[in-house]
Amino acid sequence: MPPASNRAVRIGIGGPVGSGKTALVAALARSLGGRVRLAVVTNDIYTTEDADFLRRNAVLDADRVEAVQTGCCPHTAIRDDITANLDAIETLEERFGDLELVLVESGGDNLTAVFSRGLVDRQIFVVDVAGGDKVPRKGGPGVTTADLLVINKTDLAPLVGADLDVMRSDAHRMRGELPVIAQSLVEDPAAADVGAWVLAQVAAVAQPVG
Amino acid sequence: MGSLASLVLADARFPGGGHVHSGGLEEAVARGLVTGLEDLEPFLRGRLRTAGLVGAAFAAAAARVAGAGGPGDAGAAQAPPDAACATQAAGAAGFWAELDAELDARTPSAAQRDASRAQGRGTLRAVRAAWPSPVIDELVAVHPRPHHPLLAGAVVGLAGGSPAEAAECVGYLAVSGPASAAVRLLGLDPFAVNAALVRLGPDLDDVVATAAGAAHGPPADLPAPSAPVLDLMAQAHVHHHREQVRLFVS
Repeated sequence: MPPASNRAVRIGIGGPVGSGKTALVAALARSLGGRVRLAVVTNDIYTTEDADFLRRNAVLDADRVEAVQTGCCPHTAIRDDITANLDAIETLEERFGDLELVLVESGGDNLTAVFSRGLVDRQIFVVDVAGGDKVPRKGGPGVTTADLLVINKTDLAPLVGADLDVMRSDAHRMRGELPVIAQSLVEDPAAADVGAWVLAQVAAVAQPVG
Repeated sequence: MGSLASLVLADARFPGGGHVHSGGLEEAVARGLVTGLEDLEPFLRGRLRTAGLVGAAFAAAAARVAGAGGPGDAGAAQAPPDAACATQAAGAAGFWAELDAELDARTPSAAQRDASRAQGRGTLRAVRAAWPSPVIDELVAVHPRPHHPLLAGAVVGLAGGSPAEAAECVGYLAVSGPASAAVRLLGLDPFAVNAALVRLGPDLDDVVATAAGAAHGPPADLPAPSAPVLDLMAQAHVHHHREQVRLFVS
């Protein structure tokens, strides 16, 4: 569904606990913040420590980040009852008026969690090599249906005995034509490939073909 | 038809943002005031008899007026003479504004007022999709974030439900949300918590009877019980969220 012309493109970033969602959001905010008018909604357990992290790293101004409390049910807040997240997005849009992109980071969840299409225009599912190289083969709607699958922390593969080739081929087998990006934020702190994909989505969603 | 609206609004699956509110239960757990089923039940009963009754009474009043076509229409004609004069003179906006102000006045905690309006704003999105009506527009014209009991009551009334049905829906929600939060926060046995909720049936019946009875009088005469500890805990919840982690909004 194309978005209303007066609102920002919304991209959800989900995945299991510890797979690197927050680090990816920080990398994207750093590399894209100067090119698109950007804000972030986070569903992670939010402490002043996280806010300090963002300020210290000058990733985004603190008022460009809205935190959602999910009542212990992170998947409910992005799928079954998206009200709290929609409220947070609308708060950011009212505050800044001219946003082009809102990244919605889910709380860490399991492989069955996906974003409602009523909340986001596109979604990225993040898994990591340290979670085990059989994760892509396990499937689940996150792995099989997300618009982009990111296999994160590839630099750790030799250390945890994960076979990257197996992960890549399993991921492609489970996902058909849908794209897969393997990355390491240690080797590429800007997350260049994912950033390019995000910018392409912003352009495509904002001006749908036809 | 009204009973479907009240069932949908009271359903835990209803997408109105209610699942992120604990009605003070998270703060009570954090302080060690509620540790298990034994102290959950009196917590719920106290909440039902105070905040629950206030919400139920305002929902009943909203349902009475919305069910009659809105305050500017036949609702006033069906009301007793005093209320009829007041509402006719004030018109639709005046009546909703009066209910809004009276409910604000019965909610001394700013955090609780905000929680009520947050749930009203969340519910409004679903209401506009399912029950669009000029009556809802009149209510929202008074405040873009309507109090949840007013909006829920108006929807039940619009759908043909009675003031008592609206009161039952909102009274039940005053305890079902905290009960669900207790299952999540304390890992309580869900069957035991559900049984505790059902044991509140006679109390809920009393609340519904009081609320539905008051709904036909002027808004200023609606019940005004208070629960100072709930008020203080609602404030403390917001304060503590800035220093520690709170998983619920309220």
